[in-house]
Amino acid sequence: MSTEFRNMSDEMDRQVEMPALTPSFREANALAENTASKIVVRDLNFFYGRYQALESISLEIPPNRVTAFIGPSGCGKSTLLRTFNRIYELYPDQSTTGEVLLDGENILDRRYNLNRLRAKIGMVFQKPTPFPMSIYDNISFGVNLYERLPRHIMDERVEWALKKAGLWEEVKNKLRQDGTRLSGGQQQRLCIARAVAVKPEVLLLDEPASALDPISTMMIEELIDELKADYTIAIVTHNMQQAARVSDYTAFLYLGKLIELDSSEIMFTNPREKATEDYITGRYG
Amino acid sequence: MSLYQQRRLTNIISMSLSVIATGIALAFLCWILWTLLRFGVPHLTLSAFTQNTPPPGSQGGLANAIVGSLILTVGGVLIGTPLGILAGTYLSEFGRGSRLAMVVRFVNDVLLSAPSIVIGVFVYEIMVRTMGHFSAYAGTVALALIVIPIVVRTSEDMLQLVSDTMREAAAALGAPQWKVITHIVYRAARPGILTGVLLAIARVSGETAPLLFTALNNQFWSMKLDQPIANLPVVIFQFAMSPYEDWQHLAWVGALIITFSILVLNIVARTFTRGRRPQA
Repeated sequence: MSTEFRNMSDEMDRQVEMPALTPSFREANALAENTASKIVVRDLNFFYGRYQALESISLEIPPNRVTAFIGPSGCGKSTLLRTFNRIYELYPDQSTTGEVLLDGENILDRRYNLNRLRAKIGMVFQKPTPFPMSIYDNISFGVNLYERLPRHIMDERVEWALKKAGLWEEVKNKLRQDGTRLSGGQQQRLCIARAVAVKPEVLLLDEPASALDPISTMMIEELIDELKADYTIAIVTHNMQQAARVSDYTAFLYLGKLIELDSSEIMFTNPREKATEDYITGRYG
Repeated sequence: MSLYQQRRLTNIISMSLSVIATGIALAFLCWILWTLLRFGVPHLTLSAFTQNTPPPGSQGGLANAIVGSLILTVGGVLIGTPLGILAGTYLSEFGRGSRLAMVVRFVNDVLLSAPSIVIGVFVYEIMVRTMGHFSAYAGTVALALIVIPIVVRTSEDMLQLVSDTMREAAAALGAPQWKVITHIVYRAARPGILTGVLLAIARVSGETAPLLFTALNNQFWSMKLDQPIANLPVVIFQFAMSPYEDWQHLAWVGALIITFSILVLNIVARTFTRGRRPQA
C-alpha cells in the first residue's frame, strides 16, 4: 500500500522537474530495437462487419513489463486486446487483417492452434466472471483443459494460483464454496488465479478494476505489479491514474489509431503528440 | 382541475381497474379450487389410490388411471426433454442469427400454440391407424410433441440469459465450444431449464384431447405399452359425463388429484427459479 502511494508522489515530483531525456526513455528506444518483444503487432486492421475499428496498428509489447492501453471510449483499446487471443472469433462478423506475432509467430494465422494460443495468453475481463461452480473447480477447469494432474498435484496447483492472485488466505477454508458467492473484488482475483493457473506467458487485462471498489482496485494493482515478474501484461484501462501507477509503457489510442506508445513516465509527463497531452490533461475523453 | 389532481385521478382509476381485474381472476381460481375440494374431498379415500376404475354401481378407485397417467407423462417428458434442450441449445449457441434458427424458432412458436387436439389427431393418423389400435406409445408420443416446444422455448430463453462474458471467459481459457456449453453454460442455466421441464410436466399431465385419440382408456390394470392405457384426464372426461353418481364422484377425486399435483409442481418450479437466477 505504501509503495503505491510513494510511486504516485514520485510520479508527481517528476512531473515538475522532468527533463526531456530520462533513463526510461532510452530504455524505450532500446526496446524498439530489441527484437525480443513478446508481442509484435504489424499493420493490424479490425472490422466489426463493415465498420473498421482499428486502422493499421503497429506496436511492440516488451516481455515482463506492464503495457497499458488508454484512450476514450470506443477508441479500440479493448478491441485491440481481443485480437491478442483471437477471442473476437466467437463472433462471425468480426475480422482482422495484418499480423500479431507472439514470439515471432503470427497468431492471426488460421493454422496457429487456438488452444495453444489461449494456453499461452490468459485474459481477465471487466466484469468478474466466476463460473457457477466451486472456487476449486473454477481453477481446475482451465488446468484440466491442458493437463491431467493427479489429485494432490492439482491441489498444489490450485493453492499456488490462489496465492499468486493474493486470494489464498481468504478462501483456503472454503474451496468448495460456490465461486459466485465471493465479493466482486474476490471474484476478480479468482478470475486472475484461474488465468494464472494455466501458466500462460501473457496476461490480458480488460479494465480489470473498473467494476471494483477502491480497496479491491488497489489489491488488483499491487497484484499486477507482482505478476509482471513472471508474465507479460497488457492492460486496458479508463483510469489514467491507474495506467500511470501500474504500467511501464503506455499506448494512447484514438479513433482506432495508435497515437503514441512510450514509457509511461514520458507519456504522462511529456508526450510527443498534442492529442495525447490533451487526453491526459483531461481536455477530452 | 390542476395537473396534479388529474394525475391523481388517472392513478386512482387505473389502479382500481387493475385491482378489480386481479380480483376477478383470483376469484375464479379460488372458486375452482373450492369446488374441487367440496366435491372431491368427501370421496377422497385410500381406495381411490389402491383400486381400479369400477363398473358403474360398484366400489372402486383410480389406481390404474393414476399409474397410467404417470407412465404417459414420464414417457412424454423423457422423449421431449432431451430433444427440447438440444434444439434450444442449437437456437441459443450455434444458430444465433442464422436463417435456419429463425425458421426453427418460428415453427416452434407455432407448435407451442397449436391446439392439443390437432396433435392428438396427427398422432392418431401416423401411429394409431398404422398400428391398428390405440396404445400407450401413441399417447406418449402425443405428450412428447406438447413437451418439446415448451422445453425448446424455455431452454433457449434460459441459455440466452447466460452472459456472453461467461462464454468468453471460458473460451479465453482455451475451452472448445462444446465444453463451454456443457460445463459452463448449462450449469449456469440449469435452474431455469429445470423449471421449463417442470412447467412442461404440469402442462401435459392435464392434457385430455391428445390422449382421447391415442392412449384412449382402459378399465383394467395394464402395463402393456402397446395397448390402450388408463389415464386420469380421459377417465375424468368419461366419468364426469356419465349418469352414474359414483363415477361422477370419482371424476371429482381425479380432478382434485391432478389439480393439486400440478399446483405442487408449480410451487416447486417457482422455488427453483427464485433461489437461483442464471448467473449474469
